[in-house]
Parts: sequence; structure tokens; C-alpha cells
Amino acid sequence: MSETPKDPWARFRSATRARIALGRSGDALPTKALLEFQLAHARARDAVHSAVDFDRLATDLAPLESLRVHSAASDRPTYLRRPDLGRRLDPASAATLPAGEWDLLFVIADGLSAAAVQVNAAPLVHACVSRLPHLRIGPVVLAAQARVALGDEVASAMGARLVALLVGERPGLSAAESLGVYLTWDPRPGRADSERNCISNIHSDGLSKRAAADKLCWLATEAARLKLTGVALKEDAPSLAGPDNEKNQLPDRS
Amino acid sequence: MAGYHCDLGRQRHRFDDLKALMACASPRRSGDELAGIAADSDERRVAARMVLADLPLKTFLTEALVAYETDEVTRLIIDSHDAEAFRPVAHMTVGQFRDWLLSYEADTVALTALAPGLTPEMVAAVSKLMRNHDLVCVAAKCSVVTRFRTTVGLPGRLSSRLQPNHPTDDPTGIAASTLDGLLYGIGDAVIGINPATDNVPACIALLEMLDAVRTRFDIPVQSCVLAHVTTTIQAIERGAPVDLVFQSIAGTEKANAGFGVTLSLLAEAQEAAKSLKRGTIGDNVMYFETGQGSALSADAHFGVDQQTVEARAYAVARAFDPLLVNTVVGFIGPEYLYDAKQITRAGLEDHFCAKLLGVPMGCDVCYTNHAEADQDDMDVLMTMLATAGVNFLIAVPGADDVMLNYQSLSYHDVLGLRHLLKRPPAPEFEAWLEKAGWLDEQRRLPPWPDQSLVVSALLGSAAP
Repeated sequence: MSETPKDPWARFRSATRARIALGRSGDALPTKALLEFQLAHARARDAVHSAVDFDRLATDLAPLESLRVHSAASDRPTYLRRPDLGRRLDPASAATLPAGEWDLLFVIADGLSAAAVQVNAAPLVHACVSRLPHLRIGPVVLAAQARVALGDEVASAMGARLVALLVGERPGLSAAESLGVYLTWDPRPGRADSERNCISNIHSDGLSKRAAADKLCWLATEAARLKLTGVALKEDAPSLAGPDNEKNQLPDRS
Repeated sequence: MAGYHCDLGRQRHRFDDLKALMACASPRRSGDELAGIAADSDERRVAARMVLADLPLKTFLTEALVAYETDEVTRLIIDSHDAEAFRPVAHMTVGQFRDWLLSYEADTVALTALAPGLTPEMVAAVSKLMRNHDLVCVAAKCSVVTRFRTTVGLPGRLSSRLQPNHPTDDPTGIAASTLDGLLYGIGDAVIGINPATDNVPACIALLEMLDAVRTRFDIPVQSCVLAHVTTTIQAIERGAPVDLVFQSIAGTEKANAGFGVTLSLLAEAQEAAKSLKRGTIGDNVMYFETGQGSALSADAHFGVDQQTVEARAYAVARAFDPLLVNTVVGFIGPEYLYDAKQITRAGLEDHFCAKLLGVPMGCDVCYTNHAEADQDDMDVLMTMLATAGVNFLIAVPGADDVMLNYQSLSYHDVLGLRHLLKRPPAPEFEAWLEKAGWLDEQRRLPPWPDQSLVVSALLGSAAP
């Protein structure tokens, strides 16, 4: 009986979910790898079109208070083709927002992955709130058919100095539950993406919720101290996500 | 301004100004519809093209689509225009320019000499009169060659960017994707990481890791961590091994402000990288990415159609003698390019326009999971671009980018194109493959078994 040869890729496979060492049929993908790819793509496309259960999310956020808004994009097909509508509140929602005096506001947007929001958003908010006892934090806003810039309109209407918008990132083939966070100082409509800080790839095989909470709280504290976010706010400690990284909308991949 | 019109039967199509004419002449795409500037019928689209065909090319030198006074990209385009280089085509209309570009007379020498005389608006205009195949044929006659440690863009060659991204920038994970790509002969344009985290120490750690791989195997390649330009400048100040400076750029001053950059900041970055003198055979030190829709996304398009604004970004790139530029064509999403038909067209337009302007254009042949496209569509675009002489293509393991969450090409695809079309990589890199004994008697890079000396030598000593 011959011994199975040692896999030289073994120690590398555990370090990445990238599709390395797939093998070749001539220059092409082997059949097994080809079909696995097609299955992953089919599932990712299905994920784009599913919806967040906001009732369950509100329960998960309790005892934190939450309230619900909807963007001006009425449904998913409109949301996909009209990003401008996903960045604005529908007038009925705008009228319901309570004004207050807040240091920080959390807005949870469905974005392009309901699963990311369902799984990761509530634990991340809880972790942050417990780390930031010195800040006045407003009720959590749950936003349907929403994009990143919607947080600016919500936060400026509610009188918040800083907004952390949590959003479901566009599903990849191997990460359909990835959450991103965009932090914006002095939020108001018209803010450029370079005026935000981003933490991305928050999911079970990416950045952990605990590490994300640490970073977000550090950034929020520094943003409040320096009174700014964006390219001018850089962290020297390892692993802070950068600006200009709204992958759903911009081609900037820095 | 009088505007333009075209009478077709009893129907008169009116266009208020040059911007409106250009937008209506564009092939249909979701971004222009989102901006509210697209033609509202197919007939109107063709009517606009008929008017555009009779428009003197030199009109674009006197009628700015984005105001000269308030936009530094327009000022760059107008102030750097080379009237002498423009002279051979100065008398032509846009339609005559198309015919000339397709003629035998417009050869590589003529097109190279013409490039400084062309503006982005001129090449965007003529592209709107071209079919996809025209875009391929004219681009194939253009040659833009750049150098750092390899020579990219030589006729008959196809280079590639190896993109070993990892969702948490794990060094072992990035090394795994890098070594896998090298076994397919990928990376002669650049080994370039999109970092998940944009801070100076993390950026330096990745640069040092890539530099260690390069020097350990003595590979003639350049590396890049695609952080924001300000991060890379700081890394240079701290002594990091920076080969190329990356930045995303766009076609208006306001859109660039959205990316946190100005022309003077890019110039500062170029000087900083050149001062390191790390290139062995050339000093093209900049790497830019662009993509249709970025200006609209930043609310900075000023009513100009997305393809024309995109071409203006190439004037920005051209000013800094980049080694590499690529459009991230299908990355931006369906609100700008809805489906594979639109993505394919845009990829060919971007390559054509950049090459005519003298920009070393590559492409990330790609799509997102919310666009109506799949890998079959990418097969079409990659083959057309390779035939058109694209400087480089981007490839990731198994076409799946696990950090940016989209699909590009697989290492397999680029290798297959090279063998199919007989387009080897950059000569310095090809020589390295040959010296390492990786090529077969037909100069192909065959699949080396896991237990072969090639694989064990590469993986055995490659712990980061």
C-alpha cells in the first residue's frame, strides 16, 4: 500500500480561503473546481436578493432602544439601479426621527447582504456600547434598502456629532455575511467618502466582532477628540481599515 | 450657444450643448440613465452620433465640457495639449478621424506621435462612433511601453498583475496566493495587494513581506500595496521598500477630491517614489486605477457622460508617467454598468481611449455578484482585450477575490490566453521562468505536480 504523498499546500490552505492550488486540466480549471465556483456564485446571487428580518434584529438589540426607517428606494430592484434613492430617507421616515443631543449614533443598513446584518450587527453594537460608557449614544436606527450615505441624513436630523453606519457588504463567493462599518464625524448630506473611516470584512472568517469593536471604539474616541474622520485620521496601531472603501459604490480599492 | 440638431424624416432631434450631444451618442448604460443624461430612444442615440460624426475634432479644444476655471483636470488637458502633434488630424471631423484611425496609414508610429495631440474628449467622441471590433483593431495598433524591473506593453506580450488579497492581510495567506500565482507565471506587471487595512505599519509589513519573496527567488517583478497615496508617502518616509505608488483617480477635480487627492499630491508621491531609485531598467513608478461611474458616484460628473469623464482620468494618469493603469471595469456595480453587454463595451472603450492617449492600459476583467454577468462573459472580454494588445490583466486564485468580494480572472485564464494567443509575459520575467527550468520545450508553462522539484523548491523555503 503506497503512502499518500504529503500535501505541500497544507499549511497554506489553513491560512486563507482563497482558491489556491486548484490544479489544472491543461490550462483550464478542473471540473470539480469549475462546478464549486458556479455553486458559490449562484448562492451569492441569491443572497443579494434576500431581506433582513428587522423585527428579529430589534429583539436582538434589546434592551437598547431602536427605531425603523426606510430609504427612498421602494424595493430591491430600485435599490440596485438607483443608489441615489438608497442614500436618502423617504419623507415619511424622515418625519419620524426624534431630535436629541448625541455623541454617537449607530445606524444599521441592510446594504447588499441581509445575512451579514442579521448575524453580526447586534453583537457588534452591544460590544461597542459596553466599551463607550463615556459617550451619549442615541437609539439604534434600523434602515431598509439603505446605503452608506443614508447615515448622514439620519444623524444630522437626530443631532448626532458622530455616526457609525453598519452595512451588509456585497457578498463574495466565500463571504456572504460580511459587515462593514463607516464612521463619519459631523455627519450631514454631501459628505465625501474621503471624510469617513471604514472597517470592513467583519465576519466569522474575517475580522472578529471583538476586534472590530476595539477598532471602532478607538476610532470613535479619537474622532471625538480630534473632531474629524477620514484620510486625516490614521491609526498607527495595526489593522485599521482605510478611507474611500465603499465597495458597493466606488472603484477605489485602496 | 445654439446647440445641435439632426433631422431624421419629420423628426428633429435637438441637443442643447456638446455635453448633451456626447451623452446621447453614448451606447446605452445604466450610469448615464441614472444621471438622467442618456438618450431616451435608440433613434436619438444614432441621431446624436450622426451629428457628432460631422463635428470638427478641434471643437474640443475650445469648448470645455467641465469648466477650465474651476477644474484642474480641464486645465491640465488644455494646458498640456501638443498642437504640433495634433496637426495631422487637426482638419478632420470626428467621423473622418474614425475612418483615418482604421486606415492602414494610422500605424503604430503615426499613433504614437499623435498621442500628445489628442484630448480625452476627442478619443471619447470617436469611440462613440466605433463598434467593439473597431475598438479592438485600433487599440491593437497602439503601443505604450513602460519599465521598472520588467518591460510592460511590448508588442506580442501579455503581462499580468498577481492580486493575492486576504480579508485580514494575513502574511501566510497572502504568501500562499502569491506562490500559487507564480506557478502560473503570473505577476510580471506587478504583485499588488489591496490591503484590508490602510495604516502605515500594516502597509510596511506587507511591503517587506513581498520584497522578501522577490529577493529570495530573485524574481524580476515589482510589488505594490494599494493603500491611499498619503499612506504610501508616509511608508516611504519611514524607509519602506516601496516600488510603485498606487492611487485611484477620476476625471474631475471634485471626483479626485472624493478620493482625497489633488494633482500636486500625486506629483509629490511620484517624486518620493522616484527618489528611491528602486527600478532597475526604468523609473515608471506610478500605478493608477480608474473606472466608469466614479465621478457620478462622487456627484462630480457635471453632466458629462460616464465614459467621457472616465477618459479624462487618463489625462491625469498620463501626466505622471505611470508603469501601470487599469480600469476596474465591472467592479463598480450594476447602477453604472448593468450587465455583461455594458461591461464588455466599457472595458473595450476604456482600453481604446487610454491607448490612444498614450497611457499603459491594463484591465481588471471583472464583475460583482449584483450585476447580470458571469464567468462566460469575462471569457469574451479577456479574449478581446488580449487580442487588442492590453498591457496587462489582473488575476486572482480561482477568479475569486476573498477580500474585495468580486470575481476577476483566474490565474488559469491568463495562462490559457498566453498559450492560446502566443503572447508570453515580459521578457525579463520570461527569462526568469526559463532559467528556473519551468518552461517546457514549446515554451509553455506546464502544470507542475505538487511533488515536483519546482513546487517543493518554491513552497519549501517560502515561509513568510
